[in-house]
Amino acid sequence: MSRILVFGCTSAIAIEAARTWASRKERLFLVARDPQKLQVLAGDLRARGATQVETLVMDALDFDRHPSLLETAEQALGGPIDRVLVAHGVLSDEARGRADYGAAERDLKVNFLSVVSILTPIANTFEARKQGVIAVIGSVAGDRGRQSNYLYGTSKAAVATFLQGLRNRLWKSGVAVVTIKPGFVDTPMTAHLQKSPLFASPQKVGRGIVRAMDRRRDVVYLPAFWRPILLAVIHIPEALFKKMSL
Amino acid sequence: MRHPSWGRYPIAEDQRVTPVFWSHQLPDLTGEGGPFLPRGLGRSYGDSCLNPRGTLLDLTPLDRLLDFDPLTGLLRCEAGVSLDTLIRVFVPRGFFLPTTPGTRFVTVGGAIANDVHGKNHHQAGTFGAQVRRLELVRSDGSRIVCSREQHPDLFRATIGGLGLTGIITWAEFPLVPIDSHGIESESIKTRDLEEFFDLSEASEADWPFIVSWVDVTASGRGLGRGLFNRGRFASREWAERLPADRRLQPPKEPGLSVPFDLPGFLLNPFTIRWFNRLYYAKQLRDRVHAVGHFGPFFYPLDAIRDWNRGYGRRGFLQWQCLVPWAQARPGIRGILEEVAASGLGSPVSVMKTCGSMTPEGPLSFMQGRGVTLAMDFPMSGQDVLDLCNRLDARVRDVGGTVYPAKDARMSPASFRAFFPRLEEFLRHKDPALSSGFWRRVMP
Repeated sequence: MSRILVFGCTSAIAIEAARTWASRKERLFLVARDPQKLQVLAGDLRARGATQVETLVMDALDFDRHPSLLETAEQALGGPIDRVLVAHGVLSDEARGRADYGAAERDLKVNFLSVVSILTPIANTFEARKQGVIAVIGSVAGDRGRQSNYLYGTSKAAVATFLQGLRNRLWKSGVAVVTIKPGFVDTPMTAHLQKSPLFASPQKVGRGIVRAMDRRRDVVYLPAFWRPILLAVIHIPEALFKKMSL
Repeated sequence: MRHPSWGRYPIAEDQRVTPVFWSHQLPDLTGEGGPFLPRGLGRSYGDSCLNPRGTLLDLTPLDRLLDFDPLTGLLRCEAGVSLDTLIRVFVPRGFFLPTTPGTRFVTVGGAIANDVHGKNHHQAGTFGAQVRRLELVRSDGSRIVCSREQHPDLFRATIGGLGLTGIITWAEFPLVPIDSHGIESESIKTRDLEEFFDLSEASEADWPFIVSWVDVTASGRGLGRGLFNRGRFASREWAERLPADRRLQPPKEPGLSVPFDLPGFLLNPFTIRWFNRLYYAKQLRDRVHAVGHFGPFFYPLDAIRDWNRGYGRRGFLQWQCLVPWAQARPGIRGILEEVAASGLGSPVSVMKTCGSMTPEGPLSFMQGRGVTLAMDFPMSGQDVLDLCNRLDARVRDVGGTVYPAKDARMSPASFRAFFPRLEEFLRHKDPALSSGFWRRVMP
């Protein structure tokens, strides 16, 4: 049985991953900002078969509380955490971010700096224990900057680079670091966008995350068809790319 | 045509859709975009799940289980949870739904709002009858937990209330324990209506699940002929012959689908007649006994995703009535004669005897002991609408009911005749909620 810490567990994708874990009777520690949502989710996961579900209300920007997070979770679940999923994030309002650096900075803090802050002590502990799996939800948007969402893309690119380094560092300790790159997912975050066949269900992506963590994969595109698409996008010459309206 | 109804007739114009992700974050129902209509998986056939020039509140994101007690089977869950989800989560743990309609792709909220029934109605009553409590959010902002003890009138009006008494956010009802996914069933050929009645009465005590397929194109001596199906969960002995980890499997995901609209001419009176004949003739023996997974038994059509597209772009009408027991034999006979004489067939028609329970709500379709008959008619034009009107008149004559969840065309006068307790319902209707159906029958 695993003990799993999920940060930002009210994201639709994280919920689906947690449901898969619940059906396997795992123990879960959920962290999110909204106490009402947390309570609903904890009930859902218990009813779906999780052996234990504990919750903690915390904002990703509450940096002072990040260092004690792992210990709190391990005390609540009565043993060492062996998997961590970091799933919180905001889809930046690009127009606002362009007009106001404060808004851009806040989103970068949520999407990138808080991830570094949360994972620093966890990575050190896992490294010392020589075991564990860490997964973070990035985005295909981080693979190349586009005018329509480069603030969001920047934060996700920074996350991906941070994870690359962490993966390289922790490999010899037997700790897996998994970068999850979902494409468009039909979630509350994208409720305002026009849906297309490219949108995947959160169920599919959530199950994909669980599978990727089981298999200790490095970088996973979800669904997998995004990998060749992004491979092509990355290789468009910048001289051409800058003229495209993307 | 986003968010059509299952019959895809009529088409709703200018309909907005707002998803609701959390029950504590419902939009202001008195605000812009009204009137509002809560919506689940859109399996209602006609316009009771449509809201032209209004806003549909898509409640399917409210898909969380809230509490489950494995000792009693009592479950509390959000209204957007589908029966399919409940089956996938709980069948492996040895629990099944207390009653289920013929598709598992409906939500709990929708099952309550239409007070749906299943093959075990004669023993268990409707879905609404299983519900112990539910929470309703009204447009005045109030949140009301109601049950048969607390706010009983509002509770009853909500059961079968077509989503118009408030937003159901969660409901509580028990699941029932099962030993395995196995169903023992018998399919018996019935040569006429009399055989259907005789077999129904003889089977009701020992067989919790009964439904009949009827060849509505047959007339004369074969009027009402069909295949009488009865079933019960397989015995413990049968279950114990399976390996312990293979006794409680959820049903297969739909393997087939209709990926696009089939041309409408494929289903015409001629092909429908032959389809019915072949389906009746396909079972050679008088009685076929089988034990198998409950999936094909409860949900035969769920095996084909989007089967409604088979009726083509113009869609189809479903018409379902309940004829009170005292009038059932002549009433059903008259309806079948009317359909056979029209030459317009229905490829899938089902008939069943219903239990004598008192109706759960003033707008519940199931209003007591009787026989229900459901038919699908490809929407070929005025001839179909005329036939349905003639059928409505027959049901009015015998004091029966036609099912709003299936309806796209009944007249306001018929609606009032079918639901004499309408005034009781109106006291609890939420002024901010409405539907295409409601504006049609209550102009």
